[in-house]
Amino acid sequence: MNFLRKQLDSVKHNFEKGGKLEKYYFAYEAMDTFLFSPNTTTEIKGVQVRDAIDLKRLMMTVIIAMVPCLIFGMWNVGHQHFLALGQPGTVGQEFWIGIIKTLPIIVVSYGVGLGVEFIFATIRRHPVNEGYLVTGMLIPLVMPASIPLWQVAIATIFAVIIGKEAFGGTGMNVLNVALTARAFLYFAYPSQISGEVWTFLGDGAKTVSGYSGATPLALAAQSTGNVVSDFNSFGAGWADGIYNFWNMFLGIMPGCIGETSTLMCLIGAAILVISGVGSWKIIVSVFLGAYGMGLFLNAVGSNPFTQMPAQYHLVIGGLAFGAVFMATDPVTASQTETGKWIYGLLIGIFTVLIRVFNPAYPEGIMLAILLMNVFAPLIDYFVVGANKKRRLQRATV
Amino acid sequence: MSTEAAVAEEVKEKKSEPLLSKKNRKLISNPLDIDNPVTVQILGVCSALAVTTQMKPAFVMSLGLTIVTACSNVAISALRNTIPSRIRIIVQLAIVSLWVIMVDQILKAYVYDVSKQLSVFVGLIITNCIVMGRLEAYAMANKPWPSFLDGMGNGLGYGMILMILAFVRELFGAGSLFGFKVFATLGIPYQGNGLLLLPAGACILLGIIIWVQRSINGYRESH
Repeated sequence: MNFLRKQLDSVKHNFEKGGKLEKYYFAYEAMDTFLFSPNTTTEIKGVQVRDAIDLKRLMMTVIIAMVPCLIFGMWNVGHQHFLALGQPGTVGQEFWIGIIKTLPIIVVSYGVGLGVEFIFATIRRHPVNEGYLVTGMLIPLVMPASIPLWQVAIATIFAVIIGKEAFGGTGMNVLNVALTARAFLYFAYPSQISGEVWTFLGDGAKTVSGYSGATPLALAAQSTGNVVSDFNSFGAGWADGIYNFWNMFLGIMPGCIGETSTLMCLIGAAILVISGVGSWKIIVSVFLGAYGMGLFLNAVGSNPFTQMPAQYHLVIGGLAFGAVFMATDPVTASQTETGKWIYGLLIGIFTVLIRVFNPAYPEGIMLAILLMNVFAPLIDYFVVGANKKRRLQRATV
Repeated sequence: MSTEAAVAEEVKEKKSEPLLSKKNRKLISNPLDIDNPVTVQILGVCSALAVTTQMKPAFVMSLGLTIVTACSNVAISALRNTIPSRIRIIVQLAIVSLWVIMVDQILKAYVYDVSKQLSVFVGLIITNCIVMGRLEAYAMANKPWPSFLDGMGNGLGYGMILMILAFVRELFGAGSLFGFKVFATLGIPYQGNGLLLLPAGACILLGIIIWVQRSINGYRESH
């Protein structure tokens, strides 16, 4: 540590005013504050908030909350790989496959994203923000393990520049940056991120007889009879009971790296809520909205997908992951407390609507969150307006 | 408004002005950059997003719009003193639609497949904001020759943006230019970017063009 400090100090004069690398001061500063706590403090005068939580700590809490999803996702990638090939694999082997498929995606996401951030910080002469720490981890978690790395890189560049920097950088973005990256791939290169791409098979690998890569969402959309019995009979012979309710709750099924396990997402949610970083109102209301819409469709719907019991909507696809990590993004969500309820409920409702009624988009949570991101300021506007109206009536002037 | 300033200048114009005086050259060059109809005035965006998936229809569309704008500008400018101001819009529409129908007929006669691709958008030139805008803002108050140059300039400015959009969209979206498979011929494996072929992708691309243009020429909208 001391060695690092000395190295940083020894090159510092180059970056200060008048130094030959003055232009890159903010890149240097970012490195410095990332490694060490800054040696400037707030002045004694004035009002001060004395709290250990700053933007960096906030972001780290979210990353810690994602760790269960990440670890489980890594194992699951390997597990699905061996299941699809019909080979028995030990937990160690499964983890190993997961790590060699997942780690490059994470490295590319962070490398490219932070590269773009550094470039913009240098051009715009502002400090590098920590906002990308979370985005850089969210992007790999919403990608299938089989995604080509160049696509991850392009999507990351697109999301950081168009989703964030164009609007003014961290804290100014209208849309969730990680979902912008995913939406970009979804429309630009649909063949690598939709359909049966969720399980990493390996080049020329021979799958076990009877294998199908269909996800629960695809299965439910294609179902002609009873969705639940289709789920239960899926995987007979090579992965018995893979789409049982509790198996799907645990998340031992194909899907994006981090999204499959509702249980791990709930652990993450607990970390976010207890630490006060994420809003429980949004998380709860997304689940409520989806469940309510599911019940409503059960009552009025006519095709097999609408008749799927509502609780299944909560465990298939990426609803839990989206609700916990994407919808709660403090920048793009509604800010008012009532607004959070409306925002979350509408995300849940739209997710189920898109899933059930739109054959082009098997999963709805991504588009639902992006849509509500756009509407969040409007929701706040009306909530504040209603609040004003109520208080004006009470006022006695 | 720069157009109003230009109008005021033109009123004081001397009789013996050379055909391509500095002022007249500005009429052509301004719409290409600081007064671009698409990226600065944000007009004609709908067709700019709709016809630019390939270069060929985009080229034909820009040509069509340039001709229509220039010719209608001349016609309206020649008639400007006799048009009653109450019914000027309908007179303008009648003249514009005359030119549009002529362009449409020529396209149908000589490049039928492109005409099919452009479908309604040729007809919609009639209501294109650029054409109407130039007639109202320029041709109604200026002589035929400057009006002609103004129409040409704005048509070219529109065409330039269309060609840039179509170039990027066709090259990176479909891997070809004017239908010629560039990447396949060069032997580079290339996977087309589906987003660029959607109108939404074109809208983002247009935004990037505006961003680049404004950071180069320092243009800021005045409030």
